[in-house]
Amino acid sequence: MKVVVCIKQVPDTKGGVKFNPDGTLDRAAMMTIMNPDDKAGLEAALRLKDQYGAEVTVLTMGLPKAEDVLREAMAMGADKGVLVTDRVLGGADTWATSQTLAGALRNMEYDLIITGRQAIDGDTAQVGPQISEHLNIPVISYAQNLKVEGDSVIVERQFDDRYHVLKAKMPCLITALAELNEPRYMTPGGIFDACRAEITVWGRADLKDVEDSNLGLKGSPTQIAKASDKVRKGAGEKVSLDPGESVDYIVGKLKEKHVI
Amino acid sequence: MNLEEYKGVYVFAQQVDNVINNIAFELIGKGKDLAEALGTEVTAVLVGSGVKELADQLAEYGADKVIVVDDPELKEYRTEPYTHALASVIRNYKPEIFLVGATAIGRDLGPRVSARIHTGLTADCTQLDIGDFPLTPVPGKEQKHNQLLMTRPAFGGNTIATIACPDFRPQMATVRPGVMQKRERKPGVKANVEEFNPGFTPDSKYVEIMEVVKAVSNTVDIMDAKILVSGGRGMGGSENFKMLEDLAEVLGGQVSCSRAVVDAGWKPKDLQVGQTGKTVRPNVYFAIGISGAIQHLAGMEESDIIIAINKDETAPIFEVADYGVVGDLNKIVPALTEKLRAELAKNA
Repeated sequence: MKVVVCIKQVPDTKGGVKFNPDGTLDRAAMMTIMNPDDKAGLEAALRLKDQYGAEVTVLTMGLPKAEDVLREAMAMGADKGVLVTDRVLGGADTWATSQTLAGALRNMEYDLIITGRQAIDGDTAQVGPQISEHLNIPVISYAQNLKVEGDSVIVERQFDDRYHVLKAKMPCLITALAELNEPRYMTPGGIFDACRAEITVWGRADLKDVEDSNLGLKGSPTQIAKASDKVRKGAGEKVSLDPGESVDYIVGKLKEKHVI
Repeated sequence: MNLEEYKGVYVFAQQVDNVINNIAFELIGKGKDLAEALGTEVTAVLVGSGVKELADQLAEYGADKVIVVDDPELKEYRTEPYTHALASVIRNYKPEIFLVGATAIGRDLGPRVSARIHTGLTADCTQLDIGDFPLTPVPGKEQKHNQLLMTRPAFGGNTIATIACPDFRPQMATVRPGVMQKRERKPGVKANVEEFNPGFTPDSKYVEIMEVVKAVSNTVDIMDAKILVSGGRGMGGSENFKMLEDLAEVLGGQVSCSRAVVDAGWKPKDLQVGQTGKTVRPNVYFAIGISGAIQHLAGMEESDIIIAINKDETAPIFEVADYGVVGDLNKIVPALTEKLRAELAKNA
């Protein structure tokens, strides 16, 4: 069984956010981590490796330094790492990103593709389902539990007030919630090996069946009109009253705002 | 793609168990604003099995037209048949704008539909306007008018971006629930219904539903709560959370907490708000006995109204609170609950 996990190196939002002059993110200027939902997806794949001897490949798209996140995944136990990096792929929206990853996946063997539900930088939750569409395979998003049974996966798919137990034939794509599991730590031996492991690096030419017009900033249907640091809303009112007056004050505000 | 062919504002009218989700009415409400700016109409797309009788509700909230896709394959939400339904509607009717709720269903359906018809999709929008793109003229670049400008937070609320989709149609957005206003309901309005069925032939992309398990837990996910009553270290102990539960119950809200509370073992992790917990955006967030560490603020400062109660007047929570009350929570909270109970009984 072959599992490919799509992971993303994301800026650690605690470090603040910086932009290029064209309004896209200046990823080079920020501290990075492995996206949490992706890490849960990786853990799910590693459990399939523990259980069934699945081969786990991690795939990422990004700047050359995104190699670090592949090595981290390999130190946790992933077998192979593939980095897709090319200038022409930069500035991609979710359409162009999913086209890029689908182009790479067409050159890989997989029974199961796992992505995180969403990345903490974009928060879109779009790339996983879009990859599945480009590859014409079923998708089950928001997976909170996952098991393999024969040639199928059985997944608990979370909704707002319920979950569905869904069965899909492989190959298929699952998007993982961080709640899926508690990711393992890297092991010292794993770190040692991962530092020396060979990472496969692919560029535009290694993507299969993708038109140039679907890649990078130029291939992105959505365009940024404006981006800015959020203006933090300042402090509002602060009162120091006796308890009875405090209660009246709060009730008054709730009425004023039509909460009650 | 001839962009001129695409007309009208369409919204996905999400229903589950043949009950229309509020987001459908909210999207119609916002859709009306956009349609008025463009001189066009709002069409709701109702997808399900045995759902036709729900169409009038959509008209009562302002839908000018309702397209009903009714088929037994659409009884429970599944990605593939619902994608086929919406993609077929889009191909057939060519809408200029297509809005979907940013619910657990919409955030699965939207991406798959946008990928099938090759257009852009902007996730989780909190503001939609009609305007020019680029916003101001740029030499050498055509400025297009009457574009959908989609505004959304990113980076956990650290940034705000406005996105356009100038060269593809429809312009698609998922819209965060609870943000847009629905119009006043006009009882008795009948829908202008058009039935449309593109035909559903199960293939390998149709996943099998083995079981539907409702009510995952007794408590609503704090991310879905409209009102959160959140307690921090200042609560002093797990037994004191009873007063927060009472307050939450009166307001129809949920209890949540800060990290200190989880670390102390007073409450489980799934109730934790903040950087290492959940990001919440309720209509009202009560921060009670919460000092307001930056990691906590990151998880709740997007809330519409923040009410803080803390005895320390220098607590950072007051920096983001709309209404800050300096005082003893043990005295204020129970009295507040009683007063609200009385007020609500009066209104009932």
